[in-house]
Amino acid sequence: MDASSVVAPPPSERNPGRSLHRFANPGRFLRLSGAVLPWLAAGGAGFLAIGLIWGLFFAPADWQQGDAVRIMYVHVPAAWLASAGYLGLAVCSVFALVWRHPLADLAAVEIGPVGAGFTALCLATGSIWGKPMWGAWWVWDARLTSVLVLFFLYLGHIALVRAFDDPVRGYRSGAILALIGVVNLPIIKFSVDWWNTLHQPATISFTGAPTMYIGMLWPLLFAAIGYTLVFAAIVIARTRAAVMERRTRALLMARAERVPA
Amino acid sequence: MTHLPYIVASYALGVLVPASYAVAAFIRMRSARRRLAVIDPRAKGVGTGPRAHRASAGP
Repeated sequence: MDASSVVAPPPSERNPGRSLHRFANPGRFLRLSGAVLPWLAAGGAGFLAIGLIWGLFFAPADWQQGDAVRIMYVHVPAAWLASAGYLGLAVCSVFALVWRHPLADLAAVEIGPVGAGFTALCLATGSIWGKPMWGAWWVWDARLTSVLVLFFLYLGHIALVRAFDDPVRGYRSGAILALIGVVNLPIIKFSVDWWNTLHQPATISFTGAPTMYIGMLWPLLFAAIGYTLVFAAIVIARTRAAVMERRTRALLMARAERVPA
Repeated sequence: MTHLPYIVASYALGVLVPASYAVAAFIRMRSARRRLAVIDPRAKGVGTGPRAHRASAGP
């Protein structure tokens, strides 16, 4: 084999993480996210308004639960996003730990409080629904308990990343905690199948047809898309702010170092 | 409508929680953009929008 036949592989094949670093440039991230953010926010608000109004006023009441079933249009998307947000946190943690992606650290830190808020929303609306349906605000059911553990994992992550003087150590510790906590996600998902729970099993799955009346399914999908877009818009806005704050701190430090003693 | 107080409470939370996060994120982003534009004139136009242009222009 002569030297001319040795062709360097394309950059994406040399290092899978390298192509991701194209998006690690803060200026590029600010440009891209600045273009996407208004569309995400407007789309999220639109879908959410349609889903919630449809669910509140036009969707049919359940023959057993009555109008309390309308709480589902807030509770179920919040529950999905509680888990999806943690999955996003874990993915960012992998990028931060393995490829040292500089924006992944910031994104993970910014996902934490938003995910915790949506988990709290899920727990609160579930509790509000449980009082008239089960006769109790709270039961130590496997699904409820595993979601409560998820909430504590979010709180632990928020506390841990802020617990160190050196932010990099905080990011690394938070990333490790996030990866350990991923084990809770399948427990949440399958808790209603593995244990005999008061919480009902899933009515919507990726593999089977939904067992829900179509007149209830559509507003639920609209609300879920709306909440998802709003969640993404909030995280992107917070990450943009974090990027700009970090750049401001770096510039101030550089100026302070240039000032003669 | 049955269970009205429970439904109202859920929808109020379902609107207020994301809205408060969105407003807080927007205010934080705006103040970060202004601070950066004051310190770094090059920041103008780097995905920071025309507001930063005006803020960093100076007298």
